[in-house]
Amino acid sequence: MYLLEMKDINKSFPGVKALDNACLYVKPHTVHALMGENGAGKSTLMKCLFGVYQKNSGIIKINDKEVNFKNPKQALENGVAMVHQELNQVLQRSVADNIWLGRYIKNLGITDDKKMYDETKKALERVDLDISPDTKMSRLSVSQRQMVEIAKAVSYNAKILVLDEPTSSLTSEEVEHLFRIINKLKEEGCGIIYISHKMEEILRISDEVTIMRDGKWIDTESASGLTTDKIISLMVGRTLSKRFPPKNNVPRGVLMSVKNLTAQYQPSVINASFELRKGEILGVAGLVGSKRTELLELIFGIRTKKEGEIYLNGKKVNNNGAKSAIKNGFALLTEERRKTGIFGGMNLNFNSVIANLKNYSSFGVLNGRKMQSDTKWVMESMRVKAPNEKFFIRNLSGGNQQKVIIGRWLLTKPDVLLLDEPTRGIDVGAKYEIYQLILNLAKEEKGIIMVSSEMPELIGICDKILVMSGGRVAGILENDQYLTQEKIMELAAKYV
Amino acid sequence: MKFLDKSKQSKSIGEFLLNYSLYIVLGLMILAFIITDINFISVNNITNILSQASTRGILALGAAGLIVLQGTDLSSGRILGLTAIISASLLQSATYASRMYPNLPVLPLIVPFIIAVCVGAIFGAINGFGVSKLKIHAFIVTLGTQLIAYGISCIYIDRPPLGAQPIANFDSRYVEFVNGSINLGFIRLPYLIIYLAVIAVIMWFIWNKTVLGKNMFAIGGNPEAAAVSGVNLVKNIMIIFIISGVLYGIAGFLEAGRVGSATSNTGINYDLDAISACVVGGVSFAGGIGTIPGVLLGTIILQFINYGLNFVGVSPYWQYIIKGLIIILAVSIDVRKYLVKK
Repeated sequence: MYLLEMKDINKSFPGVKALDNACLYVKPHTVHALMGENGAGKSTLMKCLFGVYQKNSGIIKINDKEVNFKNPKQALENGVAMVHQELNQVLQRSVADNIWLGRYIKNLGITDDKKMYDETKKALERVDLDISPDTKMSRLSVSQRQMVEIAKAVSYNAKILVLDEPTSSLTSEEVEHLFRIINKLKEEGCGIIYISHKMEEILRISDEVTIMRDGKWIDTESASGLTTDKIISLMVGRTLSKRFPPKNNVPRGVLMSVKNLTAQYQPSVINASFELRKGEILGVAGLVGSKRTELLELIFGIRTKKEGEIYLNGKKVNNNGAKSAIKNGFALLTEERRKTGIFGGMNLNFNSVIANLKNYSSFGVLNGRKMQSDTKWVMESMRVKAPNEKFFIRNLSGGNQQKVIIGRWLLTKPDVLLLDEPTRGIDVGAKYEIYQLILNLAKEEKGIIMVSSEMPELIGICDKILVMSGGRVAGILENDQYLTQEKIMELAAKYV
Repeated sequence: MKFLDKSKQSKSIGEFLLNYSLYIVLGLMILAFIITDINFISVNNITNILSQASTRGILALGAAGLIVLQGTDLSSGRILGLTAIISASLLQSATYASRMYPNLPVLPLIVPFIIAVCVGAIFGAINGFGVSKLKIHAFIVTLGTQLIAYGISCIYIDRPPLGAQPIANFDSRYVEFVNGSINLGFIRLPYLIIYLAVIAVIMWFIWNKTVLGKNMFAIGGNPEAAAVSGVNLVKNIMIIFIISGVLYGIAGFLEAGRVGSATSNTGINYDLDAISACVVGGVSFAGGIGTIPGVLLGTIILQFINYGLNFVGVSPYWQYIIKGLIIILAVSIDVRKYLVKK
């Protein structure tokens, strides 16, 4: 007996078959992980369930009764709730206003604020969140906001709860809180559909795992019988013998040293000192809010420095903005590719040369041929899969977009590459290629600082790992056989 | 740690001065008017200023909801103009020889009032349809309806072969209804102020105590969130726009009576005054933020400044420059609140 049955769901968009007889069967009292690469159809399937999209064909049953939601409201009223990855909340309004959004309790046409306050309090208690219902959303942390979203689902008496990448911005402690609540809901009979890319987490929290690829159902198995390698090979459809390419870079000689770097506007980086060698990949680990991105941006000069010095090849450099940083030999790959990386509506040529325009310009006029040949170099050396340089970058996959941006920065001939979450939102297969690119750069004696939230990735390709905690450098670990994730986590919690 | 606390404290005083700089500047200006001439704060002057602020206040209350919805309204002044002309044409004194409609019987006041409100509501609905259904930015739709309303006003008022004439000489009932007042001992309280107060209370109630109001803030704050929570965006946006149109109609009806005549130029630039009042009153162009008392305060402060600049004899050309600076200051402070320093 299933709580939710989705059978042979088909959904097409112009030119794409997003779902191809996709299936999902969720039992009550279980956490059901839904896995697949980006574009495998996980979110489309969930949107069909939630009434955001209308399926072309197929059957959806809840408790053996066929349903067909026309909009999210119907889904919510029938016990299906979804916590979206980008939390959909009205930050200017109170917690209570957000929880009752779309179904404000009213009494003779007037909203019953007292009752909503009381009911909100109860809902917050169920998720162990100790805040007042009157608190403005904007005052809450990301994890608290997420809990409010779950409290909202609970207050709908949701039987099926979809969590989309719920831990992507949580600290390990907050993850524990989330898992406790998930287990509680599970015991109460809920079926929880859990979408995540984090293998370790999936294997820990879920009871069953469904894997999708290219809009199709591939496999459903109990989590206890699965391993990370097995999941990956099911997801990519071939055996990836290794997650990481062989490490063959040899760091030597100091390239850059950072001394007592502190940011002007706190909370931010405090008193950071470290060295980066030529040909070294220095990983930066830390919890969300440990100011890793801020560290990179401070080095790159797009945040205001209060004090501290940066030496490159023994000479003091003063980066007071992106322009001077690029001139001094720095490059920054930003965390949010779509927002601050790509120019979506422009072609590959534009996206390749944009950080390097001054090299193509004579008396303010750009040399088209030179730009074309450089774009060609980017596409070939980065192995960008695209038909030609006039192709719009937004039509490429995340991995290919990232390759173009790495290529863009290489054109500026940097000595130090600052990479902020370089593999975020990229398919498992494409990740391997990005790792390979990073290792190749290290072999060419470039210095690389790489921020990542995925510890296996840091351990997989870095030479040393710098751990940030509360804006400070909590420690720098040598990546040898004694390094464990526990050691990193211990340091990450040092100044929290 | 102590050092940190101190820097935080001095920062917060600086922040305070910056965040309230607008009100400090405006307060100083009003103070300067009072110092120049103490008569500026006579009871008579204040009731005068408030009754002048009434129609603009009603306009601003309508426009405020649209700004909360992340929109704006450039058409409010012209809609007020059109409804003023219509009301005026239907309420000319029966004894006046060159009436626009010589054979029009004496109408009960409520008839032209309802017509004005309906015309306003239709324009509001057109704006709302454009924004919610056609997904046009409010700036563009209301720019269009502004021109349409002006064109209709010109056609309506044009009487070949005489051409456009100001419509004046109103029925005494109408004059009394708009410009009358209650005597409260020493103070003569104009009806106009009472009308504004009543409308403000109703709007406060709608904004704070009804589902529509809460939905309005939610849509303005985060339309995506409202949509996935099952709020009907089209319906709610339409209603807010229609309410704004109704308020413009009421303001138009009152404006003709207040001024004593209506022409195709009635209401020109009132839309910008209404927007300035909202912005000065803390309604954020980022959407989702604003209060009714704020809008009222914004309207009244601007009216005080307006009146004061005339009162102390500042040239109208300079008045434009000063008003422009106030708007820029108001918005730059609003933006600052949401700016994160890096």
